[in-house]
Amino acid sequence: MKTIHTDEIIPVVERLCMEANYFLGDDMVAALQRAASAEENPAGAAILSRLVENAEIARSEEAPMCQDTGMAVIFAEVGQDLHIEGMGLTDAINQGVRQGYSKGYLRKSVVKDPTLNRANTGDNTPAIIHYDIVPGDELKITLAPKGFGSENMGGIKMCKPSEGLDGVINFVVDTVDKAGGNPCPPIVVGVGAGGDLEKCAILAKKALLRSIGEHNPDPEWRKVEETILERINKLGIGPQGLGGTQTALAVFIETYPTHIAGMPVAVNINCHAARHKEAALKGRDA
Amino acid sequence: MAGEIMLQTPLTQDKVQKLRAGDAVLISGTIYTGRDAAHKKMVEALARGEELPFDVKDQIIYYVGPSPEKPGKPIGSAGPTTSYRMDSYAPKLIALGQTGMLGKGWRAPEVIEAMKKYGAVYFAAIGGAGAYIARCIKASEVIAYPELGPEAVRKLTVENLPAIVAIDAQGNNIYELGKAKYRKT
Repeated sequence: MKTIHTDEIIPVVERLCMEANYFLGDDMVAALQRAASAEENPAGAAILSRLVENAEIARSEEAPMCQDTGMAVIFAEVGQDLHIEGMGLTDAINQGVRQGYSKGYLRKSVVKDPTLNRANTGDNTPAIIHYDIVPGDELKITLAPKGFGSENMGGIKMCKPSEGLDGVINFVVDTVDKAGGNPCPPIVVGVGAGGDLEKCAILAKKALLRSIGEHNPDPEWRKVEETILERINKLGIGPQGLGGTQTALAVFIETYPTHIAGMPVAVNINCHAARHKEAALKGRDA
Repeated sequence: MAGEIMLQTPLTQDKVQKLRAGDAVLISGTIYTGRDAAHKKMVEALARGEELPFDVKDQIIYYVGPSPEKPGKPIGSAGPTTSYRMDSYAPKLIALGQTGMLGKGWRAPEVIEAMKKYGAVYFAAIGGAGAYIARCIKASEVIAYPELGPEAVRKLTVENLPAIVAIDAQGNNIYELGKAKYRKT
């Protein structure tokens, strides 16, 4: 059994909030550069070049790449041989988010109640936290701030098994088509297929944690990812929806076994500010 | 980008009528900010017969909720938010003489009808280019609803803020025209 104190966790979460919002991944910057060269619409190519410049300004000034610094979405993998001391882990993560969004000059975008009281909580908490218990004695935290321009354009469909692979592909492509320029294309498309209503939604979000260039390990699903990407880039939406050939930079599909009567599919769209940063904390001998 | 039109505010009708969907512009001058909560408050104020916090005639409203400014900077990152959430409010302000909207994404038919009827243009800024656009904002002052935090109404001084005419006062729509041009299915 190893131990971690929550006093060590809080500053790590704080740092991840800032780094995720300031520093776009090298994979994304390279993908935007490739898209700028490939884009057939000159106005779209100019937008893509400015997005590369935007990422450079954000990095050098340590400023958020996008003003929507998102809800803080956290995937925490907790080693089952780990003992966490101090406050509750959820409280510690929220404290890290609170400090990161305050010290990092990040926008606080969370309201208290979805309908009855849309007053800002003032510190961007609570975060959305997904826990997994895993073997080992480490705590791995992935922080993926998610803006709602893109989050609002996602969708879920409880497909019938008879709809088959075409049903999955068509639902993903239609969701992206309807979203148009709203989610700030070029986008990254996360897809969760299988499980149940909430499992596929979480898989779709989790798929967005991949880096550009990673594929589904199953060669058949990898082919589906490529097919969907090709179809999306023929829709004509283009950068910012103003027309063009570079609508999506990647499609990531995650799957899970499902029920004999079902074929749930969820789509979670990420804008070009596809942000995620991770940290692993090692437990110490108590 | 070559061929960008230098556009100075206020956005008077003579300027509005010359702009065409697809035109690239660089906006300079005074513009105002407002997003969901501020629009709701403004439209509620009108319903009560009260005055708006600023005169919208010939003005551009930028749909933005900036991140907090670091010390010494006029504003934090400040890219556009998605415009359709303002669709239920925008026609009322256009009827009062607002001539420009700056945001991102498609608009409802009733907004486009109001734009054609009264003469207004919808500009698309680069969504997600918050750090880039912040460099074009030289001054910022909260002039109404400070309690809304990032959603407060601000008066901005901008210089060469890049945007594209997404929908012009004739109703030409680059979201439709551009997509049709590059669609391959």
